[in-house]
Amino acid sequence: MKKLITLTVNGEDYELAVEPNTPLVDVIRHEIGLTGTKKGCGIGDCGACTVLMDGVPVFSCLVLAVEAQGHDILTIEGVADGLELHPVQKAFVEVGAIQCGFCTPGMVLNSLALLKRNPKPTEAEIRKALSGNLCRCTGYQKITEAVLTAADEMANTEDKSGGTK
Amino acid sequence: MKEYKILNTRAPRVDAFDKVTGRAKYTDDLSMPGMLYGAILHSPQAHANIISIDISEAEKLPGVIGIVTSEDTLGIAYGVSPARYDEQILAQDKVRYVGDEIAAVAATTPEIARKALDLIKVEFEELPTVLDMHKARDEDAPQLHERYRRNTVQEVHWDFGDVEAAKKEADIVRTDTLTSKMQDGAFIEPQSALASFDDRGYLTMYSSTQAPHYVQRTIGMALGLPLHKVRVVKPAVGGGFGPKASCSTMELITCLLAMKTGKPVKTTFDREQVFLHSRARHQFYHKMTTGVKKDGTICFLEHECALDGGAYCSFGIATVYYAGSLLGGPYRLENMKYDGCRVVTNKPVCGAQRGHGAVIARALFEIQLDRIAEELEMDPVELRLKNVREAGETTCNELYLSSFGMKEALEAVRDSALWKKKRTDKPAGKGIGAACGFFVSGAGYPIYYSRTPHCTVITKLSEVGGGVIVKSGAADIGQGSDTMLAMITAEVLGIKLSDVKVQSGDSDLAVDLGAYSSRTTLMTGTAAKEAAESVKKQILEVIAEKTGANVEDLDIVDGEVISSKGELDIDDLRTEYRKEHRGFRGTVKSGNLTFHEASRIAFLEKGSIVGTGKYSPPKLGGSFKGAAVGTSPAFGCSAQVAEVTVDLETGQVTVDKITGAHDCGFAINRTQVEGQMEGSMMMGMGEALMEEIIYDKCGRVINSNLAEYKMPTSLDMPPLEAIIVESHEPHGPFGAKEVGEGAIMPTIPAILNAIYDATGVRIDELPVTPERIRMALKKAGK
Repeated sequence: MKKLITLTVNGEDYELAVEPNTPLVDVIRHEIGLTGTKKGCGIGDCGACTVLMDGVPVFSCLVLAVEAQGHDILTIEGVADGLELHPVQKAFVEVGAIQCGFCTPGMVLNSLALLKRNPKPTEAEIRKALSGNLCRCTGYQKITEAVLTAADEMANTEDKSGGTK
Repeated sequence: MKEYKILNTRAPRVDAFDKVTGRAKYTDDLSMPGMLYGAILHSPQAHANIISIDISEAEKLPGVIGIVTSEDTLGIAYGVSPARYDEQILAQDKVRYVGDEIAAVAATTPEIARKALDLIKVEFEELPTVLDMHKARDEDAPQLHERYRRNTVQEVHWDFGDVEAAKKEADIVRTDTLTSKMQDGAFIEPQSALASFDDRGYLTMYSSTQAPHYVQRTIGMALGLPLHKVRVVKPAVGGGFGPKASCSTMELITCLLAMKTGKPVKTTFDREQVFLHSRARHQFYHKMTTGVKKDGTICFLEHECALDGGAYCSFGIATVYYAGSLLGGPYRLENMKYDGCRVVTNKPVCGAQRGHGAVIARALFEIQLDRIAEELEMDPVELRLKNVREAGETTCNELYLSSFGMKEALEAVRDSALWKKKRTDKPAGKGIGAACGFFVSGAGYPIYYSRTPHCTVITKLSEVGGGVIVKSGAADIGQGSDTMLAMITAEVLGIKLSDVKVQSGDSDLAVDLGAYSSRTTLMTGTAAKEAAESVKKQILEVIAEKTGANVEDLDIVDGEVISSKGELDIDDLRTEYRKEHRGFRGTVKSGNLTFHEASRIAFLEKGSIVGTGKYSPPKLGGSFKGAAVGTSPAFGCSAQVAEVTVDLETGQVTVDKITGAHDCGFAINRTQVEGQMEGSMMMGMGEALMEEIIYDKCGRVINSNLAEYKMPTSLDMPPLEAIIVESHEPHGPFGAKEVGEGAIMPTIPAILNAIYDATGVRIDELPVTPERIRMALKKAGK
């Protein structure tokens, strides 16, 4: 029996009828149509489906859509401001942290959450934070570098804006 | 070196914005109106005759639109190598591994499709199985295919030089063995295919593939469709590494369902299916006997090899040839004997994976060189430097090295990793190891016999002026070939990267054999360069004629047409252009004729301006049987140093750092070359220390998920240093050659040599898990 729910994704409310056992990832991808969230395994091993729920990274394949009701969900489509990329995205592009791109949305979102709770992470802290997101292309070298670059960039921006942002 | 504007820079990928914002579309992101979902019934038996298949209950399930079994196929055998077509789309009378495809369903939802599979009844007659490749070759072993006696798909027997004579000259002779395990590609995007069929008999399939061309060909052949009515399109692909390089059964089934139902059908693998059907790394067993003189000169190599490739041949013939041929380099080895065989067993099928066929052979040979250096009391890097080949040399199996920065690569890692200091000055449990590698830069011959160009590129000026569209069949699977094509085109035409648009990965656009054997930069890059040069020539011919200049004096630089003979008379041309563009902002009033203006004027004179390019390798290789495999227009080479810490109590290995240097000829994009090297190091490290597909005694994969199949995470990976060596390959575009696969070659042996350095024990079975190290230490009384 389907249930009527309201999901808040990237600041928009979506009214949806979903089966109680449908994982959030399937609703985001197929019902809402935000296919930037990727599904690599469906059982919480790869991290490709990472989204932020109230700012906290979750594997959206392990969260039921009905559980996500009442929470703020951020997917990769909600990170950039139009064509203006978030510093984390900009760093991923410039440093070359993207190859096939399939892990990228999850990596970016997880990095975003990390920098929110720890604006100056060490390389070891970055590697620990991203260890649930598998990447098969990059060897994680440039991903780690990108997060360090983004942290610097965000710190500089904050300095310039007098710490108000 | 010539100064380039765009090449050799760190330009961001052309698809980076789409990928970082979630806009990039992968196959499973696509849908069509009325689309159905495919699901495949797999064999639960490793080896059995099919007595009957009953689909009547499944057909009754509401939402089921079509079911296919072998009766819906033409029964045409297919595969990868035409000499070994041994597969059917759906099993006819026999299944040969747990996972073999029996039937498939198209339904209105994925859930209904899966439910329908449960309602299909199959009656089997179980047959004895064989899971071990050595037992499979016994005279009385269960036989999988009638045509493969002793379950052997291919034997190779090569004897180059004079091994027997060389044995008499050797002062030290060593024999070692190494066994590996089947490995998964573990790309993060599971394969997906979306097929539709129309009333005029045209089939279009979007698929997560590395090789749209081979997929098109196989579909046409196996489904009996004219090739010109089969179109294969590759959207963004989430990694391939080899397993997506051949047409999969799932792709064929999806097409079959679309043809049967008349509706678009999409099938997407779950992760378990990726493990069952990906056709990744074979299992290898190698035995090598190597002889050297006291001064370190390598005298001979005697090499035996057996490969387990699971139930069908797939790429197996090429794999077993590569396992032997690629030891021809990078050292001066004049006497080499090779006896290899590729075997079938009742396990999921293997195929090509990064470093096709050659990684474990390379690993053992490099391990042997280290042990020999130890016996000679010689530095292992010095031993290698003494033997490495240089550009202009030809290997004993007739591979010509037109460019070869092996020495430079080895010296680079030696110096950067502070080899000598760390080698002599290290605490207990620390180790350091080095190794070299060698790989083709594009297979010299297509998989099927043909004179076909390996790729063509069609470059068209946009008729409105200012832009260029590059049309190619090349498959960007994440390695960045679209960016490479755009950079080469922009450089040749003297325009901005952002004015070049690349359309690729579509069999309707042009021919390209695909992203495999590390070919795309050298081959498609050459074709793109030729196409861009043609377009440039056509524009400049028009401008020369219109301005009365000599075409030889003209060039396009920074988006402007310039003449070496001073200013061009362009007033009439500019006036005409400006008249055409009343109301447009940004038209130029003074200065040189812009590319925008020139390309529009060229169109006005000649109509659409199109340049074409193609790549066909020169005639390559010797005349001996199997000489074609391993040939290439160029060869990449690389060296790496790995540093490890081994916990002698638990056997746990931590890789502390890998320093790699790779000769890619010339780096079209420096960031992307490093990216390929770093990714290769990771895949090699996984294979050395963690990755292993595990089977139960019934032939079922028991770790078919990314938690129990251990692969490196960001926490496992050490810092990676990637050093680019540029030797300027004469056969490559701007001197470029491969990096995508060659860079994996030294990783496994560098790590294994480092572990030996740390522990003093040699492990002859991969992956080198803590358990295997502990057992080896115990055996050695440590």
